[in-house]
Amino acid sequence: MRVPPGVSAADFAEAIRRFEEAIGKEWVFTSNEDVALYRDAYSPLMGEPDEIVASAAVAPDGVEEVQKVVRIANRYKIPIYPVSTGKNLGYGGSAPVLSGSVVLDLKRMNRILEVNERNAYALVEPGVSYFDLYRYIQEKGLKLWVDVPDPGWGSPIGNSLDRGGGYLMPQYRNHFDSHCGMEVVLPDGEVMRTGMGALPGAQTWQEYKSGFGPWIDGMFSQSNFGVVTKMGFWLMPEPDSYLSGTVTVPRHDDLIPLVNILNYLENTRVTNGMPDLASPLLGIPMLSEFAARFDQGSTPFDRPQDAELTALIAKAGGNMSPELDDYAQRKGIGYWSCKLSFYGAAKANAANWAFAQEKFSAIPGAKFEAGESYKLPLTPEQREKVHKPQFGIPSLAMFSIGARSAMNPEPSNGHMWFSPIIPRTGEAIFEANRVFAQAAKELGLPFLNFNLPSTYWERAFIFIFAFPVVRDIETNKKNRAAFRKLIQVAADHGWGEYRTAPVFQDAIMNTYSFNNHALLHFHETVKDAIDPNGILSAGRYGIWPKHVREAKS
Amino acid sequence: MKNASLGLFVALNLMVAVPALAAPDQDQIEKGHKVYDKWCFPCHGTGLGKPGTDALAARGQKPAVLEERTDLTGPAIKTFVRHGVLFMPMLRKTEVSDADLDAIVAYLTRNNKP
Repeated sequence: MRVPPGVSAADFAEAIRRFEEAIGKEWVFTSNEDVALYRDAYSPLMGEPDEIVASAAVAPDGVEEVQKVVRIANRYKIPIYPVSTGKNLGYGGSAPVLSGSVVLDLKRMNRILEVNERNAYALVEPGVSYFDLYRYIQEKGLKLWVDVPDPGWGSPIGNSLDRGGGYLMPQYRNHFDSHCGMEVVLPDGEVMRTGMGALPGAQTWQEYKSGFGPWIDGMFSQSNFGVVTKMGFWLMPEPDSYLSGTVTVPRHDDLIPLVNILNYLENTRVTNGMPDLASPLLGIPMLSEFAARFDQGSTPFDRPQDAELTALIAKAGGNMSPELDDYAQRKGIGYWSCKLSFYGAAKANAANWAFAQEKFSAIPGAKFEAGESYKLPLTPEQREKVHKPQFGIPSLAMFSIGARSAMNPEPSNGHMWFSPIIPRTGEAIFEANRVFAQAAKELGLPFLNFNLPSTYWERAFIFIFAFPVVRDIETNKKNRAAFRKLIQVAADHGWGEYRTAPVFQDAIMNTYSFNNHALLHFHETVKDAIDPNGILSAGRYGIWPKHVREAKS
Repeated sequence: MKNASLGLFVALNLMVAVPALAAPDQDQIEKGHKVYDKWCFPCHGTGLGKPGTDALAARGQKPAVLEERTDLTGPAIKTFVRHGVLFMPMLRKTEVSDADLDAIVAYLTRNNKP
């Protein structure tokens, strides 16, 4: 049995015995076979000597058992690492950040404590998955939607604490922003409730976020300051109708006014679903079409099969090209498109789409195409064909982007996402493409001719792209080195990642270095104050406890 | 890792028709069906958007839907669930217990020819 770093074998054995006493022998996993189940299935270090692995795992059932585990960990200075459902694939899965930590597996805490249809919220435990919550709502016949990530396994608590996103209205799409109230076991084993939950007998824990005094919920996301054991979420009342419409513009430079107008329409709530950028000319699909493309037997990056176009795209190399503009207009193919989604009353959706068309008409040559129009709820036939997450239905179809398929006969073993935040402007999209294409060329990486950003967030883009994780260690090493280089390239241009796998968390935190790393120093000051033994999630998001920092220096 | 890869290789080769050794227990099969629906169907079921089914189809597996197979074996099923393969991650015992896994095996081997 592996022993956590800095812990004697005798102390670890005693801690394990006490864990067993506290939560039952059945729920303390120490055999190699059982502990291997906590490996990060998409680890960029897969199979290498320094792959980050656990020493053991404990699975308490209930906040009192979590408290017991935390107190035992303090007594023996055992590093523990909580996971909710452990499905944060591409961002660490169920493995810790510090090798040898004991994973605190919260999957057994899977109770849906309340779903309030009238005021549209839920209170759940960490082991509740998106599928669990969706099925519960369906079984009860409640008129509520859950904003789900894509793919949609994982949990509301885990995904929101790692600041994931979805597709529905803006106030639900940012999963951390849509939470309301937490219960947290602190590193000393005490239980705390945030927001209105701090008021005994509070009647509005899931209805008013900030309570009284400093609002500290953000400190428990992407951090290691507590174990979240309950969390409230605002759910979206099922809308009356759904409507989509697509605007297509003809020229390269039209992307700039396209984004400007889109921003106006989003920030004034004319359109209220996640917008979906694409390029018909370059063959870049809408995000919502990715998985469906595989079902239809085509690749996501199909473009018109035309030798002239292929040559022009290669020549342009992602930059503005008068010839490409000319080609697009000659052939009547749009350079850029954006699908807008509208949730609400059917008449209001139609009026908002009409207004959006009016605004986009300021771009010469803009064309419009009406899309899906559904009276909700969807019929079973409609459910089968739609992009499910846009209707609050969890789906695993997005795994098609990496799994074996007719179009992808040589699949990888996982992926790691490089995901810098860039401004929500057309100019920033062009600049990011120019910078990362140049970096990719220098690093010998394959890079698509153009990359369009994800639009989950209302006020910024995520310029996201995936590095594959493969079984070949040398390839993974090369990709990790390139990833690290891109982190610095991004930072040099004022772009920082929003989320990353454990292996890169130090490097990215190191780029958030304003005023000699004042932010990280604040995190460390908090860490040392509330977790003096440094037991909780050491290293998560670059925050290391004092004893590890001292050992490193 | 070598051991895991070897296990997978062995499992793949076990996926030829192997007769079921005992008559399936109906309660166990029904339990397995429920566990399968929760944990396996979203990737391996029928219909659009099922990457597990698509992956097996791309390997030439017929039928590609696990529920329709008559050649799966307990050891193979358990190896895939506990080790994963390619994009499919392993499932922990807090997700699918050993008892649940036995039930999945009963369900997916229910139609094996004696």
